[in-house]
Amino acid sequence: MESSSSSSKGFMANVEQPHVLAVDDSLVDRKLIEKLLTNLSCKVTTAENGASALEFLGLGDQHNSLESNVSNSKVNLVITDYCMPGMTGYELLKKIKESSIMKEVPVVIMSSENVPTRINKCLEEGAQMFMLKPLKQSDMKKLRYHLMNCSS
Amino acid sequence: MEVGQMQRQWVDYTKSLFLEGFLDGQFLQLQQLQDESNPDFVVEVVSLFFEDSEKLLNDLTRALEQPTVDFKRVDAHVHQFKGSSSSIGAQRVKNACIAFRNFCEEKNTEGCVRCVQQVKHEYYLVKSKLETLFALEQQIMAAGGSIPMLELNF
Repeated sequence: MESSSSSSKGFMANVEQPHVLAVDDSLVDRKLIEKLLTNLSCKVTTAENGASALEFLGLGDQHNSLESNVSNSKVNLVITDYCMPGMTGYELLKKIKESSIMKEVPVVIMSSENVPTRINKCLEEGAQMFMLKPLKQSDMKKLRYHLMNCSS
Repeated sequence: MEVGQMQRQWVDYTKSLFLEGFLDGQFLQLQQLQDESNPDFVVEVVSLFFEDSEKLLNDLTRALEQPTVDFKRVDAHVHQFKGSSSSIGAQRVKNACIAFRNFCEEKNTEGCVRCVQQVKHEYYLVKSKLETLFALEQQIMAAGGSIPMLELNF
């Protein structure tokens, strides 16, 4: 996996309890991701679509560039499903990378389908990693390791 | 029945579910995630799956009853079902969904109608098996026992 072109250091490097925003339209998958991440000492917020994810990140329609996160709890990582109705994970990725306040936040894309063109498209748009579903504990450990060691 | 016997029954039953292909390794992932902080994790996730699935099956059936079938819509539902069944390790349901998507792609209504039946069949089968498994777990715990750790070396 290529490291992002941004200068974000490992998201876990100095953070005791990283805050992860997990976006997925599947209730089952949200529950699974939440548990996987909680087991790795992450604080998890889930969103069921791109629009509410953007709202949470302070990039929604009531976009207020003076506050970075509506929740006052800085998000260290966004992990999103690719196939979602409405806004896809790719579109969400783009919006995050285009924003001035959130573009340094690493974004990981998940999908149940191994489509090379899709993967490349996401990596080119600045996704930190692409993960294949169904998610397993070993994937999360790899994610944590990769992001801890990722630097510009 | 005493606890030891129930526990052996649980182990044998679980193993059979894997051997017969109802469940795959992803179900083990769920069991491994369960811990003292979340002792009902597996039942919770699987219950969500059941709720989700009932809705999906209704949507699928209705979509295929339309005078003009919207295959994109049908495929979207099947994709969702494939995803959730895969996430909990319901292998046979997942495989039925994979076959289903081929018929969606071909816009084959008859094929799709057969597939809905197949997916329903596999879903109700695994649902019943999992409910049996969970009932066994309840019995073990009610008798003061604990659920054994699975060693899959068969």
